[in-house]
Amino acid sequence: MTQTVMKIDDLHLSFPVSRSLLDVVQRKPGKAVNALNGVSLELQQGETLGVVGESGCGKSTLARCIVRLYEPTSGEIHFDAENIFGAAARKDRSYNRRVQMMFQDPYSSLNPRMTTGDILAEALRVHQMRPEAEIAGRVAELLELVRLPQDAVDKLPHEFSGGQRQRIAIARALAVEPEVLIADELVSALDVSVQAQVVNLLLELQERLQLTILFVAHDLRLVRHVSNRVAVIYLGRIVEIGDSETLFSAPSHPYSQALLSAAPSLDPDDKGAAIQLEGELPSPLNVPPGCPFHVRCRHVTAQCRTVIPELRALEGRGEVACHHAEEINHHA
Amino acid sequence: MADHPILEVENLCTTFSRGGTALPAVRDVSFALGKGQVQGLVGESGSGKSVTLRSILGLARHYGEVSGSVRWQGQELTTMSERQLRKIRGREIAMIFQEPMTSLNPLLTVGTQLTETLKAHTDLGRRARRDRAIEMLDHVGIPAAASRLGEYPHQFSGGMRQRVMIAIALAASPKLLLADEPTTALDVTIQAQILDLILKLADEMSMGVVLVTHDLGVVAQTCDTVSVMYAGRVVEQGDVRQVLQTPRHPYTEGLMRSVPQDVPPRTQLYSVPGTPPSLFSLPKGCAFAPRCQAAGKACQTARPSLQDIAPGRQTACFNPLPATQEDAA
Repeated sequence: MTQTVMKIDDLHLSFPVSRSLLDVVQRKPGKAVNALNGVSLELQQGETLGVVGESGCGKSTLARCIVRLYEPTSGEIHFDAENIFGAAARKDRSYNRRVQMMFQDPYSSLNPRMTTGDILAEALRVHQMRPEAEIAGRVAELLELVRLPQDAVDKLPHEFSGGQRQRIAIARALAVEPEVLIADELVSALDVSVQAQVVNLLLELQERLQLTILFVAHDLRLVRHVSNRVAVIYLGRIVEIGDSETLFSAPSHPYSQALLSAAPSLDPDDKGAAIQLEGELPSPLNVPPGCPFHVRCRHVTAQCRTVIPELRALEGRGEVACHHAEEINHHA
Repeated sequence: MADHPILEVENLCTTFSRGGTALPAVRDVSFALGKGQVQGLVGESGSGKSVTLRSILGLARHYGEVSGSVRWQGQELTTMSERQLRKIRGREIAMIFQEPMTSLNPLLTVGTQLTETLKAHTDLGRRARRDRAIEMLDHVGIPAAASRLGEYPHQFSGGMRQRVMIAIALAASPKLLLADEPTTALDVTIQAQILDLILKLADEMSMGVVLVTHDLGVVAQTCDTVSVMYAGRVVEQGDVRQVLQTPRHPYTEGLMRSVPQDVPPRTQLYSVPGTPPSLFSLPKGCAFAPRCQAAGKACQTARPSLQDIAPGRQTACFNPLPATQEDAA
């Protein structure tokens, strides 16, 4: 029984770049960084949607838009059938409670002058989750939930390791009993052995609390492990979205294929048939016309240079934005 | 292993002191590297892999105490004067650092920074240096090299900056490259390009490489031999295939199993319990004992030393894991 909790519709976001005096004198038009170029997706109740892509592709921007840290240039996000950027939703602060974000850097995302107890209690007080008398009890409960020792209450963030800090961040997000968690590179800054502990905790809590998670990360193996569905983003556009196992075992978009084959295998004998990508991500200051990937694509044709491919369903696969998806995957 | 190692590191120890307490950052690290070989140093943050690299080149001696021996083509580097070292750094041994964003001088053009190395280490003339600089940029895959010499680091992307770093490092044709997490700050697609480039150049110039990384996938794909470090010590080393496929030390095994590969999706991952110890208060016995499932009484009180368990294969553990697959092979 899948139920859509959030619907993102044709989200665009561009950040204007300040014009130099010369540009103004020469009457050149102002430039803009096009971070999101029409992202549409749906989050289903209780699922984990992985979002992958290279740095600068817009994955963090998307996460920040969802929690209303950025306002999109155009497009809508519907949560509970209400546009979260609409006037009515603006007044209603409950969205801020129901959708919680967890950040990448455990060293800068916690206030260094507040103890763990203060950090958690503040979240409870702001959203009036518990009467004052019950707050201490709830804080203890939360620490228990993320498996931190009870004496952590009086400690300051610098007394914890990176993994423990991310647990505090998870506890803080869960304090307000959210329905959706946005995890922006939650474990990227952690060491492998600690990473596994935090991922395990997240999976377990998701099951227990019926959470919906948007998991943004660049570590493909990890995304494959935690996600039900995965979206591959390139230059602010979704190029492929679909079931995680299908997408990882048989990627359909040439970019997904290259991205997945670039991840080094743990087996020294498996040198893999790595598809080498030429060049780098073009600057979002001037997104190439047509398919944004055409400048690096091996299968490029004249059509790709002018016409932007739409996301469309491919038989036996997910949805792919490529003019030549059928032929490419027929040969593969 | 090559018959004549070009680099021999023996019992390398580096100690920092903070507020009167000694911090044993690196302890008894030994390995040898042959011509054209790629040696990996892998471990979690704080395990001493970067300090090992810096100690080899005499960079750690400015803020720590280095003992043991580092022999470079028969010369002892640890006791060498700064003046002599300066002749070796950059010319014979080059280093690439982790962050391409901060290791280039933002105020100088890329061309200036490249030719600077050539001026110091070669006797090429001005024109020849410029030609060589263009050739190097071309070699590392920077398009339109001649026109980019006059550009500043901020005009390059992360991947391109790391290529510039490699070009600078390799400009004087060194025989050994020390690479400290050269691809950690980069995307996977760019990482693949950079690693391929380093391997190709190492092969062409028969240059030895010591590669520091925390990514086991990178180790598997690039290194010939590998040393796994934990809390400043090597816990296991040997041929990359053997170490990764049949790890004998519980820590190596734990690291390998923490990586989600070939496990059913959305199941609990194997994780090494606990966190790495602080170097200020290392356990008395084996540093890994508090997190180890195979730890016995001996592990709490005595520290296992690195022992040969097979030709070219060493591990520091009282209860090493069985060599199952090795027997089968």
